[in-house]
Amino acid sequence: MNHSLISDRPQRQSWQPGRLFQLLHIDAMLLFGLLLLLGVGLMMLYSASGQDSSLIIRQLVRLGVALGAMLVVAQIHPDRMRDSAYWLYAFGLILLVAVLLFGHEGKGAQRWLNLGFFRFQPSEIIKLAVPILVAAFLAERPLPPSVLRLLTSLVLIGLPAFLIAKQPDLGTAILIASSGLIVLFLAGISWKLIIGFISACAAAAPVLWYFMHDYQRRRVLTFLNPENDPLGAGYHIIQSKIAIGSGGTFGQGWLQGSQSHLEFLPERSTDFIFAVIAEEFGLAGAALLLCLYLLIAGRGLFIASQAQSSFSRLLAGSISITFLVYVFVNVGMVTGLLPVVGVPLPLVSYGGTSMVTLLAGFGILMSIHTHRRMMSP
Amino acid sequence: MSSRFTLKDHFRESRLINGRLLVAALISILVFSVVVVRLVVLQVFEYEHFDSLSNRNRVDIEPLPPQRGLIYDRNGVLIAENIPTFSLEMVPEKVTDVDATLSELAKLVALTEEDITDFRDRLQRHRRFQQVVIRQRLTEEEVARFSANRYRFPGVDIQGRLIRHYPQGNLFAHAVGYVGRINERELQIIDQQDYKGTLQIGKTGVEKEYEDILHGEVGYRQVETNVQGRIVRELMSVSSHSGDDLFLNLDINLQRVASESLTDYNGSIVAMDPRTGGVLALVSKPDFDPNLFVSGISSKDYAELRDSPDRPLYDRALRGSYPPGSTLKPFVALAGLELGVVTEHSKTYCPGWYTLPGHDHRYRCWKHQGHGMMDMNDAVSQSCDVYFYDLAHTLGIDRLHHFLDLFGFGHETGIDIPSESSGLSPSREWKRASRNQAWFPGETLISGIGQGFNQTTPIQLAHATSTLAMRGVMQEPQVVRASRKAGQDEMELRGNERINSLPMQNSQHWEAVVDSMVEVIHGARGTARHVGEDMPFQIAGKTGTAQVFGIAQDEKYDAETLERKLHDHALFIAFAPADKPEFVVAVVVENGGSGSKTAAPIARKMMIEHFGLELDEPQPDQ
Repeated sequence: MNHSLISDRPQRQSWQPGRLFQLLHIDAMLLFGLLLLLGVGLMMLYSASGQDSSLIIRQLVRLGVALGAMLVVAQIHPDRMRDSAYWLYAFGLILLVAVLLFGHEGKGAQRWLNLGFFRFQPSEIIKLAVPILVAAFLAERPLPPSVLRLLTSLVLIGLPAFLIAKQPDLGTAILIASSGLIVLFLAGISWKLIIGFISACAAAAPVLWYFMHDYQRRRVLTFLNPENDPLGAGYHIIQSKIAIGSGGTFGQGWLQGSQSHLEFLPERSTDFIFAVIAEEFGLAGAALLLCLYLLIAGRGLFIASQAQSSFSRLLAGSISITFLVYVFVNVGMVTGLLPVVGVPLPLVSYGGTSMVTLLAGFGILMSIHTHRRMMSP
Repeated sequence: MSSRFTLKDHFRESRLINGRLLVAALISILVFSVVVVRLVVLQVFEYEHFDSLSNRNRVDIEPLPPQRGLIYDRNGVLIAENIPTFSLEMVPEKVTDVDATLSELAKLVALTEEDITDFRDRLQRHRRFQQVVIRQRLTEEEVARFSANRYRFPGVDIQGRLIRHYPQGNLFAHAVGYVGRINERELQIIDQQDYKGTLQIGKTGVEKEYEDILHGEVGYRQVETNVQGRIVRELMSVSSHSGDDLFLNLDINLQRVASESLTDYNGSIVAMDPRTGGVLALVSKPDFDPNLFVSGISSKDYAELRDSPDRPLYDRALRGSYPPGSTLKPFVALAGLELGVVTEHSKTYCPGWYTLPGHDHRYRCWKHQGHGMMDMNDAVSQSCDVYFYDLAHTLGIDRLHHFLDLFGFGHETGIDIPSESSGLSPSREWKRASRNQAWFPGETLISGIGQGFNQTTPIQLAHATSTLAMRGVMQEPQVVRASRKAGQDEMELRGNERINSLPMQNSQHWEAVVDSMVEVIHGARGTARHVGEDMPFQIAGKTGTAQVFGIAQDEKYDAETLERKLHDHALFIAFAPADKPEFVVAVVVENGGSGSKTAAPIARKMMIEHFGLELDEPQPDQ
């Protein structure tokens, strides 16, 4: 077949923002949504940090780096990503093992690798490498995947997830596992298998329960219901619920949240920042924020549906849905729906490492969308 | 494969994936709706509840630390109690500028450089939202001064706490031990939940071994606090449960007699009730004041204790290893009888020295002119070395070692206090393993009189003597007699579960050895005749002298001219009454010279105290 493949036409002379975005491989709608979210995030951070402008500046620097990373990734053709999937994955895995062996301990967990001039978390590389690899691997053959391919994918997902869970960083391990499992889901594994898997897990639980020691059962119960443990994990949840609940329908107003400003809400700039939002802007603000997340992910899903190869579809779909899983795990924890696992609210919580990875992920979405080959008219 | 097929496949795949994308989008919307419903519940339906909780007042949860169990001696005399003190504490998370706050506080309360550095030290390691002590033991005036200015210091408060106090001072320093600040290693081991609000944990002795039951159970209360973090109202509380009280076997009077009669000697005294294994006295000298450790010992005090050449922190009763010397002889004699090597009446001639067949090295008896013909009874009561050289040689080290094993030599006794040392009962295998050397026959002789490689702890000596006194009934030494749950009258006995009985072929052997030990005290030539003077019952005992350094073969030992540090260790073991034993004592006096002159009189004092006798001070026979 002979397509004439033109992405933009040099003959046009007038200044068009659409053309500029296309030239830079940027998706304008996605960028707009992200900037809106980041703006809201900075505003909330300013309030949650007790109006600490130096902290805002540090966050802005990180944001600059992260947006730069997004722009760079957007320039890479999806085919290159597919070609280097195995290398990226292997590289990430080696680093994970290195962390377990020589890692730098921070806050009681080994997650950091100190390279002399800077420290970084190999789990961030794996966050992108897993969906890229599984998508590339499954797209090699017709979909839905064979049982052997399915099992191989499960190993590819489970290995890094296990290593990260050992660090121990359960939150990240869950996110990485779900990013891979979402690719499998999108690749069309049969509903029978999905339902079978879920019911097998449900059936295994009581059996496992029966064989557990008393103290292990107690731990599981505390994990599921932290309020049983008011001096430990439950403390965060109790304070967080009070902050959210006292926000009411329209909130107490920006910078007016009493719970967050008095020192009682812990981790309020990081994992529990959603409680500050819910207190200051109420149900209305919190629901709007959730809608913004849904819209961004929705744009990502649209990009996935328009993609031109199975690899791109799977990858774009996984990145978009994982983004929502991120939000759900955090908000679920803060509102007391889910157990406490340390996952920040994406693109809003203070902290840099996950921001770079998240925006790099959106760079992939942009690359997929802007590298489409269009039929010439 | 044709390109047409791939193309068709691609189209099908797109439809498949897009279908799944749609499903995923719908699930996401559903899940997010659940979150919104949750928010509606919290923010609309339960708004008033949470709003009242948040409105000016906030909910705080504070731990209620349990009261540590008390410790009493066997007469009910208090050994460890909890006394109230006031300490200045800070929750660093609630303080905006720690340095400024400290310098302001220093104007109200005396804060030394050391207080500040200690505080910063603790600050590094503290748990989130936990109080960090700035200074302990505030005076009443300081309490008053701070209270008047309290409003200026959010996050800082005075805490009335109970801290451990040992009213008997040094007397039980080693046996009962002390509590101290929880350190990082302990933090790893303990259930942190249980220790919220608790600053101290048992470090040594009974305090450490019985930490679990002394500590109690933490409670907590939910309180409303105002903007300054002061408590306004209590919402709910779950009270704490105090730890169990402990009643010891130790007798304070006996402990005091033991401690005083050692005068300024270093050493150790252990007394036991052989019928129960109960430890009646457990003394190690020099000792120290355990109260120093309770709220963090100053580095100066600690250095002084640590660097003292007398090593006051070292528990000699459980860890001090001494050659048993002649106190081992009754056990060796019993081995000879039991293994059929000698009878009660077989005799050995003592010319004052002994040589191994084919060697000309002379192993000296302590009595240079010799004891003459000795049977077992004579040999024990006059402590003839030659008799035991010969007996040990005939037994051989293997049989000797195995027999002494039965009495627990070279093994921990299992006393209910941590960090006991196992001592050393030498054997061929031990020497091969630790020194990679063969066993020499001469070493068997030296072992037979309790010198050489033999290392025994005072508790081991008392334990073995108790087993001998009970004619083979072996019980683990037990310091704690009973425990009592807080607020109850019933005591729960902490008894000996492991009672062991040593099998002997002939029970007459026990009596023969006991008789020879009675002869030590009551015989005409016994080495400790003064101990038994005017006693209403018969006592069995054995003196011992442990060499601190070797003396050349023909050199005479002259205690007068030697420095005291080079004097021999004096040992004495005894039990009474000999036929129905109720009391066992083991005495080790470091550099005390001879067992009969220094150690034995102490045992007499202990017996007088224990049996409530009214006797004069004994006159050591010269």
